[in-house]
Amino acid sequence: MLGKKRVECGAFRRQGHFVEVIQLLISGVSQGCVYGLIALGFVLIYKATEMVNFAQGDIMMIGAFIAFTFINLLGWPFVWGFLAALAVMALLGAVTERLLLRPMIGEPHFAVLMLTIGLGFVLRTVAGERWGSEPKTLDLPWGSAVWRFGEVTVGGDDLAVVGGTLALCALLYLFFRFTRLGIAMQAASQNQLAAFYVGIPVKRVFGLVWALAAVLAACAGVLAPGGVIDPNIGFIGIKAFAAAIVGGLGSLPGAILGGLLVGLSEQFAGRYLWPGFSDVSAYVLLLAMLMIRPEGLFAAMQQKKV
Amino acid sequence: MTSSLLALRNIETYYGPIMAIRGVSMTVREGQIVSLLGANGAGKTTVLKTISGAMEPQKGVVEYQGEAIQARDPDWVARRGIGHVPEGREVFPFLTVEENLRMGAYSRRDGEIDADIEQVYGYFPVLKGFGRQPAQVLSGGQQQMLAIGRALMLRPDLMLLDEPSLGLSPRLVHEIAEIIVRLNQERNVTMLLVEQNAKMALDIGDYGYVMENGRIVMEDTCERLRNAPDIQEFYLGMKDEGVRGRRRWKQRKTWR
Ligand SMILES: Nc1ncnc2c1ncn2[C@@H]1O[C@H](COP(=O)(O)OP(=O)(O)OP(=O)(O)O)[C@@H](O)[C@H]1O
Ligand SMILES: [Mg+2]
Repeated sequence: MLGKKRVECGAFRRQGHFVEVIQLLISGVSQGCVYGLIALGFVLIYKATEMVNFAQGDIMMIGAFIAFTFINLLGWPFVWGFLAALAVMALLGAVTERLLLRPMIGEPHFAVLMLTIGLGFVLRTVAGERWGSEPKTLDLPWGSAVWRFGEVTVGGDDLAVVGGTLALCALLYLFFRFTRLGIAMQAASQNQLAAFYVGIPVKRVFGLVWALAAVLAACAGVLAPGGVIDPNIGFIGIKAFAAAIVGGLGSLPGAILGGLLVGLSEQFAGRYLWPGFSDVSAYVLLLAMLMIRPEGLFAAMQQKKV
Repeated sequence: MTSSLLALRNIETYYGPIMAIRGVSMTVREGQIVSLLGANGAGKTTVLKTISGAMEPQKGVVEYQGEAIQARDPDWVARRGIGHVPEGREVFPFLTVEENLRMGAYSRRDGEIDADIEQVYGYFPVLKGFGRQPAQVLSGGQQQMLAIGRALMLRPDLMLLDEPSLGLSPRLVHEIAEIIVRLNQERNVTMLLVEQNAKMALDIGDYGYVMENGRIVMEDTCERLRNAPDIQEFYLGMKDEGVRGRRRWKQRKTWR
């Protein structure tokens, strides 16, 4: 039916359709980058400690509010406010690991999961108390700038999140490939006991993994298209978790790819299926993935040692 | 003369409610190769884990260079110069062979790491060709060599070797034994060697302990252990010479 109609409507209609597809691609990719950055945090923590941190989305929310505090409330220049927020978040991630997670070593997994879910609650409540529950808009240098290419519009926020994600991926690649600490992080997640035996301070390394995950989440929070924040934006963490699973939960490139898939499916499903579907598409994708290829796109290549 | 580098005093270690080590005391002197023998499940691995800090003993003291270390984390213990080569080729499978060796030197800041990697390749020439490949492509024996080489990168004063000959061909066992002796002599590394291959362990060892059910049931110089009838019967498989019947260690617990 649809196809036939499109043919009848001729060139103009086809071009309009093309523009719409491009527009959906753009917003899907930029939203997907946000999911991907949060999913990276899930994957980093899972690979290192075999725990899933369900507060990852709420950590993103806190990161956005801390940037909001520096930039909007204290009036710092964007770059400094952003960097300061990342520093605070790194500290927060490491401290969370040290105070909440490390004492749980050896406890059953579900207890740790419950703990991270509880942490999410606490963070939402604290944010509501501290910053209020009405939506706030971050003062971003790209503001609501928009570029037009013919009929296609690209927002400054789209460019920022895509560019930021690319830059972060490149940095992560260099970090894990070439730095002593990055290689030690891999070593500690491939074989924890052997890492201890060669003298890698594994516990401290895990603290740094949490710091890194919190920094990535904060980047997602600041770069998210729209720049509107409230204490409940962390709920997209659940979609990012779906993205991480779609990507294989053990693979960093998989996390980004999973994020993009979720972002795109959300946009296209919302437009071409029915409107309410965009919110559930992440989970439909997740279920489909679990049925077709349960190990995820990038099967975690490693069999974890028991 | 040689002083004690490592001493265990009345160590008791548990897995949950299971008591795996039931009051073990032993001494390793500087420059020695000390062999620790025992049947499967005797507790040898647990003793090594207790020394390197992977497990904390409920009771007793682990003294290394005159300092009690039993409550320390294993990375701290490693940085003090104890290189643990664990049971079963525990390499970092997705790091390259060279990265594995570099990780062995994680705690070092000096400029001689590259030279030491070359030295490890000198001891294990076969590893050199695999330098840029992930460790998982190595054969079992090669992974064992990598694990030993990685522990060497720490420049350890004491090495804990947990069944380095496990699953290796007789020729490789011989090669590993030779390297253990060379490291001991050339680089003055003290060795605590856990082995099922009692012949090898007693041939290269200076002093030996025999464990059973979490206890030390016998200790002596390796030379005397080699000639002890019970050792010959139960560990060296020389049944005919052991004319003293089928006495079991278990019945002799009263020795302690
Ligand atoms: N993770 C564990 N949980 C519970 N019990 C364990 C665990 N590891 C070992 N044990 C028990 O502790 C005892 C000593 O085990 P250990 O591994 O030290 O023996 P071993 O002498 O190294 O044996 P093998 O020669 O087979 O390596 C055994 O009875 C074993 O069943
Ligand atoms: Mg063992």
